[in-house]
Amino acid sequence: MSPLPLYGVRRAKSLAAQALAVLATVFGLFWLAWILWTTLSKGLASINLDLFTRMTPPPVEAGGMLNAFFGSALMSLLGIAFGAPVGVLAGTYLSEYSGRSWIGAMIRFVNDILLSAPSIVLGLFVYALVVARMGHFSALAGAISLAFIVLPVVVRTTDEMLRLVPAQMREAALSLGVPQWKVTLQVLYRSALPGIVTGILLALARIAGETAPLLFTALNNQYWTTDVTQPMANVPVVIFQYAMSPYEGWHTLAWAGAFVLTLFVLAVGLVARAVVASRRMPHD
Amino acid sequence: MHVSPVVNGIAPGMNAIPLPASAESNRDARADRGFRWLVTAAGLFVLVALAAAALSMLWGGRAAFDKFGLAFLWSNAWDPVNRVFGALVPIYGTVVTALIAMLIAVPVSFGIAMFLTEIAPKWMRGTVSAAIELLAGIPSIIYGMWGLFVLVPVLAEHVYPRVDAHLGGLPLVGALFSGPPLGLGMGTAGLVLAIMVIPFIASVMREVFLTVPGRLKESAYALGSTRWEVVWDVVLPYTRSAVIGGVFLGLGRALGETMAVTFVLGNAHELTASLLMPGNSIAATIANEFAEADSEMYRSALIALGFVLFLVTFVVLTIARLMLRQLAKKEGRA
Repeated sequence: MSPLPLYGVRRAKSLAAQALAVLATVFGLFWLAWILWTTLSKGLASINLDLFTRMTPPPVEAGGMLNAFFGSALMSLLGIAFGAPVGVLAGTYLSEYSGRSWIGAMIRFVNDILLSAPSIVLGLFVYALVVARMGHFSALAGAISLAFIVLPVVVRTTDEMLRLVPAQMREAALSLGVPQWKVTLQVLYRSALPGIVTGILLALARIAGETAPLLFTALNNQYWTTDVTQPMANVPVVIFQYAMSPYEGWHTLAWAGAFVLTLFVLAVGLVARAVVASRRMPHD
Repeated sequence: MHVSPVVNGIAPGMNAIPLPASAESNRDARADRGFRWLVTAAGLFVLVALAAAALSMLWGGRAAFDKFGLAFLWSNAWDPVNRVFGALVPIYGTVVTALIAMLIAVPVSFGIAMFLTEIAPKWMRGTVSAAIELLAGIPSIIYGMWGLFVLVPVLAEHVYPRVDAHLGGLPLVGALFSGPPLGLGMGTAGLVLAIMVIPFIASVMREVFLTVPGRLKESAYALGSTRWEVVWDVVLPYTRSAVIGGVFLGLGRALGETMAVTFVLGNAHELTASLLMPGNSIAATIANEFAEADSEMYRSALIALGFVLFLVTFVVLTIARLMLRQLAKKEGRA
């Protein structure tokens, strides 16, 4: 006997939904494969030693992106150096000091908003804060705008990781008469370190490819400079300007830069995961 | 959690040797107070940062708001030479591209989340969700370049001519789909945005689907529900608020995304119904024109645009967080 018609319809509906779900997944993976393939093939075709040894060239000449790599590295590191300490301290406040107070809840909420706020808005903010005051674009302003992107990522992960540390560890240390600041620095931070490092690495992966805020802060510089009060070349903005230009040679350089950038960002992401996986919290 | 610092005294009734208030313990108490002040200041800095960002943009855009008033929001003038500015075209472009992105991304993300939590065999789940998250890690400028150099030619050559021929003549909706096949435009920008936000929405949905208690689903299966009925009638109602939260999170990102859109939108300050025509968005306008803004009013208008974007995303993200919190409350981990 054939199944009841009603059940047949329900089953058909379920099968159709499952087929669509599989299709949706294939749809998502298809774009990933296409984008990675484009970056890989075009990047490998245009990469050479000049890329890492020469400066950004005028339109029809050969050159590399050494100054841009240096600028990106410097600004990212400065961004981390400005943003991460404040982030760790604010995360510590949320986890250890704010308790269940409304101010703690409010800071968490605002931090979540900051976490997903458009980066272009933060760029405009730093433009008004730094560039408009100094009167010109500078690498320092670029680093500050990146720091505002680092901040919420680090606050969030520090807060979450510290809350994972069992209360017994705090109680044990406090009952030995260790003052709370020492408990925080020597017990809690040590225990939560892999998580905090992961947060900082994730923040690094995010700011390395960040373009929009740098357009209003660091801008670009065709030449080599180590002066942080001057405009400085950086990989994302160079890619942007070169890709939007009509010159074939610049396009090639932009693809090479895009390839290196993607590789770096994905590698940092992988390392961040490995750090978490390598040292699971030993107490559970 | 809040742990009050151990004070230098001993609880009454305990038969212990009283400690003298040594210099060391005084120093510790001072250090404790100092540390508390330090972390509190860092926490408050987060609040101040957001407020300062909003106020500085309001201040920077005051010249434009003063001169054009609220009409700034619905005027479609954009004339840098005569210094007359209105935000209608960028606002329209932002809303339309974000809507297209959500129309594509929400069903696809739902499908991916359903696949990853209910359909895929166990060994496949980790790999596929890691791959989808990889998509989220790619910098947005790479999406933009890929869109401009790879996607735009494909769409201009193979897709848009057919869209124009087949859908362009339809009544009512025809205007949306007719136009020269440039490849650049609102439709392309919407598609690139959709690809960008899919991993965000999908991973939120996957995570919240996993919070549904197994016994709820098992009960439904035991009563003879099909897999689709379990997802639609049990999983989705249980997670509804968080799913909406995830969608709004994606929307917030789509509204504020800059680089990917700037590459493929075409940078044209014209109001057009056609999705095949170039347009502009708030973020793309700011990114394209800020460096060359030569007058105080021009720059002020761009910052005012930034303020509008900030307000809109603030509202959207607030809704997202409130919705996500609903499920967390139900789970007992508010």
